Amino acid sequence: MKNGAFAHIFTVLFAVFMLAPIGVVVAVSFTAEGFLEFPPSTLSLRWYWAILDNPDFIDAFIVSLKLGFVSALLATVLTVPAGLAIGRGRFRGRDALQALFLSPLTVPTVVLGISFLRFLSLFGMNGTFIGLAVCHAVIIIPFVLRLVLASVTGMDPSIEKASVSLGASPWTVFRRVTLPAITPGVVGGFVLAFITSFDELTVSIFIVNPSTTTLPVRLFSHIAQTTDPLVASVSTVAILFTVVVMLIVDRLYGLDRLLIGEGKR
Amino acid sequence: MAYLELDHLSKAFGPFQAVADFSLDVARGEFVSLLGPSGCGKTTTLQMIAGFEEPTSGTIRLNGRDLSGVAARDRGLGIVFQTYALFPHMTVAENVGFGLDMRKVRGKERKRRIAAALELVHLSHLAGRHPRQLSGGQRQRVALARALVIEPELLLLDEPLSNLDAKLREEMQLELRRIQQEAGVTTLLVTHDQNEAMALSDRIAVMHAGTLVQEAAPFEAYERPTTAFASAFLGKSNAIHGRYEGPEFVTKDGVRLAAPAPAADGAGAAGDVMLALRPERILFVEEADAVVSGKVVERVFLGDQWLFKVATPVGELLVTRRNGGHAEPEPGATVHLAWAADHLRVLAPEAAA
Amino acid sequence: MNPFLLSAPALALFGVMLVVPLIMTFILSFHSFGFYTGIEFTFGLHNYIDVLTDDYFYEIFGRTFAIALAVTVICVIIGTPMAFFLQRMRAWTRSIMVLIVLGPLLVSVVVRTLGWMILLGNNGVINSALMDMGLLTSPFRMMYTSGGIVVALAHVMVPFMVLAVWAALQRQDPATIAAAESLGARRSTIFRRVVLPQAMPGILSGSLIVFSLSASSFATPSLIGGRRVKVVATTVYDEFLNTLNWPLGAAIAIILLVAVLVIMVTWNRVVERQFAGVFQ
Ligand SMILES: Nc1ncnc2c1ncn2[C@@H]1O[C@H](COP(=O)(O)OP(=O)(O)OP(=O)(O)O)[C@@H](O)[C@H]1O
Ligand SMILES: [Mg+2]
Repeated sequence: MKNGAFAHIFTVLFAVFMLAPIGVVVAVSFTAEGFLEFPPSTLSLRWYWAILDNPDFIDAFIVSLKLGFVSALLATVLTVPAGLAIGRGRFRGRDALQALFLSPLTVPTVVLGISFLRFLSLFGMNGTFIGLAVCHAVIIIPFVLRLVLASVTGMDPSIEKASVSLGASPWTVFRRVTLPAITPGVVGGFVLAFITSFDELTVSIFIVNPSTTTLPVRLFSHIAQTTDPLVASVSTVAILFTVVVMLIVDRLYGLDRLLIGEGKR
Repeated sequence: MAYLELDHLSKAFGPFQAVADFSLDVARGEFVSLLGPSGCGKTTTLQMIAGFEEPTSGTIRLNGRDLSGVAARDRGLGIVFQTYALFPHMTVAENVGFGLDMRKVRGKERKRRIAAALELVHLSHLAGRHPRQLSGGQRQRVALARALVIEPELLLLDEPLSNLDAKLREEMQLELRRIQQEAGVTTLLVTHDQNEAMALSDRIAVMHAGTLVQEAAPFEAYERPTTAFASAFLGKSNAIHGRYEGPEFVTKDGVRLAAPAPAADGAGAAGDVMLALRPERILFVEEADAVVSGKVVERVFLGDQWLFKVATPVGELLVTRRNGGHAEPEPGATVHLAWAADHLRVLAPEAAA
Repeated sequence: MNPFLLSAPALALFGVMLVVPLIMTFILSFHSFGFYTGIEFTFGLHNYIDVLTDDYFYEIFGRTFAIALAVTVICVIIGTPMAFFLQRMRAWTRSIMVLIVLGPLLVSVVVRTLGWMILLGNNGVINSALMDMGLLTSPFRMMYTSGGIVVALAHVMVPFMVLAVWAALQRQDPATIAAAESLGARRSTIFRRVVLPQAMPGILSGSLIVFSLSASSFATPSLIGGRRVKVVATTVYDEFLNTLNWPLGAAIAIILLVAVLVIMVTWNRVVERQFAGVFQ
């Protein structure tokens, strides 16, 4: 079936709806004035230069980058073996294990946030980078698991047997056969985990301290006080960063596949 | 006048000619198979009849009615799709009832016809199940019942058995034939399985690269293939290339063979021709009676028969022999072969064969 | 290899960093809080009683779930058709539209909400445009209202709905549409009786995701609702980081958790019963 005129109009309106808030942020960031103005009467990069005078934002950006990388790495390293076990095996407790690893998706993030706060502060770990990274790993593991599971279940189980029959040791089987077969899922999972951590606000806001403040938290606190063109320019940089990551992902893996979490198309 | 007439049907996808000048007549109640290798345009032909593809040129007439411009949903044909295309959210009975709903058949009559259709395919006991709870063969029957319940003017089947395992496929072939005859519906089946086509149909239309190469009853098509392609595609066949010198046939390696006279229309009288010979028509004989002699190159045991590959002066020949329960020549042994000259079919050689 | 051995590292992390903290929060919710003494390690239901007997909290919970419901309804209404249209687009248009529809998911919620603040404010883009056109004489208030929260949250959530429905559509055999057509069904009938029912599991699971994420959302209600329009998540935040009454905040959070879980389980039950046998 083809799309009719209604479908075309609907699609255009939908696209406008999706892009409007993002476009407007980008647009106002180019104002030369000291307040938010749409459309900007004169264009300038004034507020981009202003970022350089606000090391808070730059520091927060760097924290977020590091945090995204460390927590995604941690989550991936822990999830790949678990995903192999769950995706492969039929053992008692398999469903329970999977439900546990996916549970951070169902628990409201505020609840996770206060629980981490309570837990970390008992050990004086609150506000530390390590504490933050470990908490992020917990909330992003479900995303990695879904993609790893999809590629494990999409893998032909007999290719491992085939390599064993050709004389490969268990380690060789894993390195030369299993891992390459699930690599797309693992890479996809890592990227999604990175982005999720990079954008995370609700948990982080409870467990950061001034030196480990992430970019979303910094932006949130700033916006809660005042909306000036500075947050718009910082946001635009963040958007640009996401767009680049997104285009790479879309090329490598397919954005829809990454987000639906399906192994094969 | 034929019941279904395909008249110079063509379909091009851009520059690619999927179906070319295809004409076929089907009589009422007849079971015709479209047989050909993958990609030869069988599905495309079926889709044009069903109304899902628009022919580039040519016409389709059913019962005297021109179908061009008639929407697929108004054609009233029963179609069984290769994937069955059962509605997963409906029960067996609801699937079968769908076409009746579209025809506003209601109440008792609807119930009666669903029951009768399920009876026909022997599935009455599974009426309440969903497709996912059925085996492949059962799904196939539901698809058949769903297509037949609307009492279609024509039943179209696109490789309906190709998703079934070998044993079930044989069972379903018999079933399909019984159901078709009980329902008395004119049927067009698409398949690339020659055995299926021969077992099921009154007539076979052999397709090759978008064109019709031969149409005949199964026995006729097997015994008297008119092209090298048809001869090789329907069963196994040996090809002996050569030319006529006067009344005598000389192979390209210079062996003289007794052969039927060249066709009256003169095809093959001059230039290269090809003789086709079925492996089961070649006999093992004493040296004195041999047409050719040769060495067994390979021997394969197939249960009910043996298959030999024999190197002879006229080329490598495939020979099959019924398994009579005694020892057969080993590879390397010299054997003497003979056949009756009238088992040779004279064909024009084809590049593709 | 033993599956539990393979899962051991992740299991350890979840034991220490998820199960224990959640249990501690649960316990925390039974403690009490003194303005001068801080957390007192008593054990009682007083926090729950406080919440459940106070109209103030009823209003907050009521507003939260009303907002979540409204967002879900909007997402169904606009997300489902979008998924259908996406399915039927030509490959090239579709890949662009996928980026437009799903891309925003990767942009921080804070940034997207900032965009809505700029759009919805009294001097915002929408009000200025409407007043310039003469359609409004004074600004229509959208910031600091539940309506504003609903609009911005719908933007945040609708990609999940599109994804869920689209995934369901992709699992359909396109031949079922041809089959229905060959049996005499017209377009509207095919949609109603063949396509929509097969998409239903996607719509239902998408609704559940959108509802539960909306009910526990924090950033958008906090920035658009401000101090005045509070929802559960922002109330918990205030109790923890402003009032410092952690036990009360924990009790509110636990109630939210239980409510969300109950809704999820009930919903799944109903859906499973509805579709028993159809989609296993
Ligand atoms: N929509 C299309 N656009 C372009 N080419 C097409 C299209 N549909 C079919 N073809 C081409 O037309 C040819 C015939 O296709 P068709 O599906 O009819 O083959 P078939 O005989 O049914 O093969 P199979 O046995 O594999 O099903 C193929 O080469 C195919 O690639
Ligand atoms: Mg086909």
